[in-house]
Parts: sequence; C-alpha cells; structure tokens
Amino acid sequence: MNIYVLLKRTFDTEEKISINSGRIEEDGAEFIINPYDEYAVEEAINLRDEHGGEVTVVTIGEEESEKQLRTALAMGADKAVLINTEDDLEDGDQFSTVKILEAFFADREIDIILGGNVAIDEASGQVGPRLAERLDIPCVTTITSISVDGETVNIERDVEGDVEKVETSLPLLVTCQQGLNEPRYPSLPGIMKAKKKPLEELEIDDLDLDEDDVEPKTKTTEIFLPPEKQAGKVLEGETEDQVKELVSLLKTEAKVL
Amino acid sequence: MGKKVLVIGEIREGSLRNVTFEAIAAARTVSDGGEVVGVLSGAGDLNEMGEEMVYYGADRVVTVSHDNLKTSEGHAQAIYPVIEEESPEGIIMGHTSQGKDLTPKLASKLESGLISDATEVAAEDGTIVFTRPIYSGKAFEKKEITDGLVFATIRPNNIPSLEKNEALEGEVTAKDVDIKDIRTIIKDIIRKSSDGVDLSEAKVIVAGGRGVKSEEGFEPLEELAQVLGGTVGASRGACDAGYCDYSLQIGQTGKVVTPDLYIACGISGAIQHLAGMSNSKVIVAINKDPEANIFNVADYGIVGDLFDVVPKLVEEVKQLKVNA
Repeated sequence: MNIYVLLKRTFDTEEKISINSGRIEEDGAEFIINPYDEYAVEEAINLRDEHGGEVTVVTIGEEESEKQLRTALAMGADKAVLINTEDDLEDGDQFSTVKILEAFFADREIDIILGGNVAIDEASGQVGPRLAERLDIPCVTTITSISVDGETVNIERDVEGDVEKVETSLPLLVTCQQGLNEPRYPSLPGIMKAKKKPLEELEIDDLDLDEDDVEPKTKTTEIFLPPEKQAGKVLEGETEDQVKELVSLLKTEAKVL
Repeated sequence: MGKKVLVIGEIREGSLRNVTFEAIAAARTVSDGGEVVGVLSGAGDLNEMGEEMVYYGADRVVTVSHDNLKTSEGHAQAIYPVIEEESPEGIIMGHTSQGKDLTPKLASKLESGLISDATEVAAEDGTIVFTRPIYSGKAFEKKEITDGLVFATIRPNNIPSLEKNEALEGEVTAKDVDIKDIRTIIKDIIRKSSDGVDLSEAKVIVAGGRGVKSEEGFEPLEELAQVLGGTVGASRGACDAGYCDYSLQIGQTGKVVTPDLYIACGISGAIQHLAGMSNSKVIVAINKDPEANIFNVADYGIVGDLFDVVPKLVEEVKQLKVNA
C-alpha cells in the first residue's frame, strides 16, 4: 500500500501562549508532532505492517519541521517529505496548504492518506476534507478504528460522542481522532535508523506552483489573549452550608440556575 | 450594500439544531440588510423545519429532500447546486460534526476561503470580522476573508439567536437534486451520548477527573448533570484511567466547550484541560486539594470530597426545583 501521513509541527500542549508584536511568541517554546497527527503516524505504521507497502510522512513548513519528521521516521515511517515554504509563503491559510498538497499528490499513486482531525494550534480541521475533495477521493473524518480488506474499508468514527460505522473504499483519506490507538515512543534503534532514512526537501517551485497560486483567501488581523480569569470565591464552613451557599450564589449572583 | 447570505441548517434526530438559529443571526450580521436564505437537506418532508428557519429570521428557505442524505458526501451533493443557483456572497453553518465535515468540502469545490469555529461575528467598517479561538482558547484571533465568498462556521452556544417570531413569513421551496455515486455508506450508528445532549451544545457540563476513581464514580456526576439538565464530561486523566469513554474528553486534545455552567469534580486543572473549558461562563470546582490549579479559574470553589459534596448538591438543586 502507498500510505501517506499529513503531519504538522505544533506547540507542545504544555506551553503557555504569549504574544509579541502581534504574533504568537515562538522563542523558547517546545514543539511536537500535532497529537492527532501522531495517531495518524501510528495507524499508518500498523496498516503497513499488516498489508505491506510504504509510509511517507509529508509536512509543509520550515527547516525546523525536520525534527518532527525525524521523530515520525523513528517511530517507523519509511520516508519523509518537507515542503519548505519559508521563502514563498508568509501567512498561508488552508486554501494555500491544500493547493500545495494537491500539486504534491497530483502524480502519485495513493491508497490511503491519514491526517489528524484537527491541529491543536489553528484548529480549523479543514485540510483533510478539502484535500480529499481536490483529489476526488472519499473522506472519513474523526475515525476511531479502521480495517482494510482488499479495496473495502470499514471504519468507526466519533460523531459527537456517538459511534458511526461506515463502509467505504480505497483510495481514501481519513482524519484521526483520539481513541484510535496509542502512539508508540520512538525506540533507540528506531532513532538511529531514522537518521539514515530518506528525507526529501521540496519547494513550491518544484511542484510547478508560484506564489500567486498559493495566495491565501483569509487573513488574520489581530491576535489577543483572553482576559485573565480572576480566581473566584472558595466557600467555607460545613459541607451542607457550602452546598447551600453555592446553589444560592449560582441562582442569584451567577444566574445560571 | 446588503449581501445575500446562505445559512446551511442542520437536522439532528428529526429537528433543527439550535446552532441553525444562531447561524441565521450571524448571517443577518454578515448580510448587512441583504437577504438571508436558508438551505436544508435531509430525508422526508422538510417544509415545517423550513418554516421554523423563517421564524428565526431567514427570508426564505430552499429544501432538498432525498432518501440518500446521511453522509456529508450526500449533503454536499444536495447543497452545492443550491449554492450555484443562488450564487450567494456569504455562507454560514454551525461548527458541528456535520459542519466540520461538509463546509471544507464545499469551500474546496468553490475554491474559497473558510473561517472555522467563529465565536463572534461583527461588521467593522464594512468588513466582516470573525473572532475565533486558537490554541484551544489559550488565545484568540480576528480573521477576515480577503478574496471572494464570506464563508464561516460558528461555534454552538456563542452567538445568540434572534427571538422566534411565528408572524414572520417567507417562502419555503423544495428543490430536486440528483444524488449519485455515494462512496461512503453508514452501516450503523451506536448512540453513546447520554440523553442526546452533545457536549458542544450543552448549557451545563458536570465533568469528572481522576478524583472520580472509577467508572461507577461517575454515577453521582451523572445524577447532578441530570437534575441540572446538562451532560457529563471528563478530563484526560479520567479517560486514560479507563473510567469513561474518550468521546467525553474535554481539553486541548478532546472537546473545547463553553457552557453556561461548568462543574469540575475531582479535576486538578492541568493546562491542557483548562484550555478546553476555561471560557465557560461560570466555573465551579470541587476538589479535595485546596492547592489544585482548577481553583485558579473557578468562580466558586468547594474544598472537599466530591463523593460527599456532589450528592448533597443534587439534593439541594432538587429542592430548588421543587420550590420554584
């Protein structure tokens, strides 16, 4: 099988967010593979181990993204591709991203593309379904289990807490939800091997695109932090009295009961 | 200059979801005095639900009824011809499971921009500005469409809907559309969400963490949620420990929620959890540890054992309802 994973480098979930000159401060922050994309890497490796073939992880970003690609290779992916947009694209949006990915996949044999259902930074969740539409392949989002039998694919997906059982066929794009698997940690031999695995670097020029083709359709005009939440009232006294006071406060002060 | 704006309505178990009415209100802002047209796709007779969209502020509604409308693939095929025919300048839908699935497909086909998960819509000097959370609510951004269609999804429970007015009149027209070559088929749906209240739309959430200690430990929380007309959520800790299903998880991985009332029981308040719930309107924390981080974002805190406090709270709320 030709298995592809779409991967994004994101802030570590532990990070506090601060703003410097209107942009999110990145200096000193730890970066990770977007957690939902990690499920995609794990599932891709499992599918390859079961059905054979090759796992290629693809990211769009800057030089720094190599680290997250190497981590995916150390987990067990076979090849990596970094589409470096540092010189060509300042503030791309999902339209730009999908334009680039569409060009990348144009002349490739695809059986399955896996991605996270959302990135924890921008959280648009658009790239997967958008790309599937451009490639004219079926798309199933927020999957929690997948089994491939020949061309037929059976999937369970999380739909706002309910489980939907879906049947579809290859080629296919899926986006991964928590509960799909438990991503492995890279092993030491895995990390050693990853250093020698192929990592190809492309620019949009190599995909016959120029800056105008990937011009975004949206722009961010302001980034701000939510007002700092004031620590509230910790109630005192016997439990019974605290509970009575709480219900009364919720009714009269907070007006939510 | 008024714009024509489409609102894609959403049906869940035979009735319109609230976010549909919120989307109409948002579309009114985007349209700036122009026409707001509802679109509804689904199986069976949609006329009555079409009229309900009119009562909430749509000028008219186009319905597409077809037996094969279960997946977003089908809905996309039903709605796309309506978009082509109406050629609107804006489209608004709820940021729900269906909205998240359907709108990127449509935007991709239309080669348009799409702003997802907006919590605020405003017209500023003739430009429509959307505010949306990023980094799971650790920060916010203001975003606008720079080229073409103003296409956005709105987060449920954030933009107030207009008052229902049954005196409002508008045409509801049915349109026939061919649905074919469906490549994804739903074989079965297993209902797990308790009493049909979805986390993203719930007004009240009672959430449990590691302090709940077991699957059975969620029972008092469920009871409290029930008397408050809400639903149960969980922290990652509770999910990882196997006390509950991952679909209940609230946090940076998991659901981001903004209910009117969030009651955190036995949740310490890791930064990832706070990202998922700290924009709730009112937060109550119940925890044994007075140093727990959750107290830093709580409006009201009770230091105590949740198994002692929660049942008493259930009784007190019941009492309140009886007296009311």
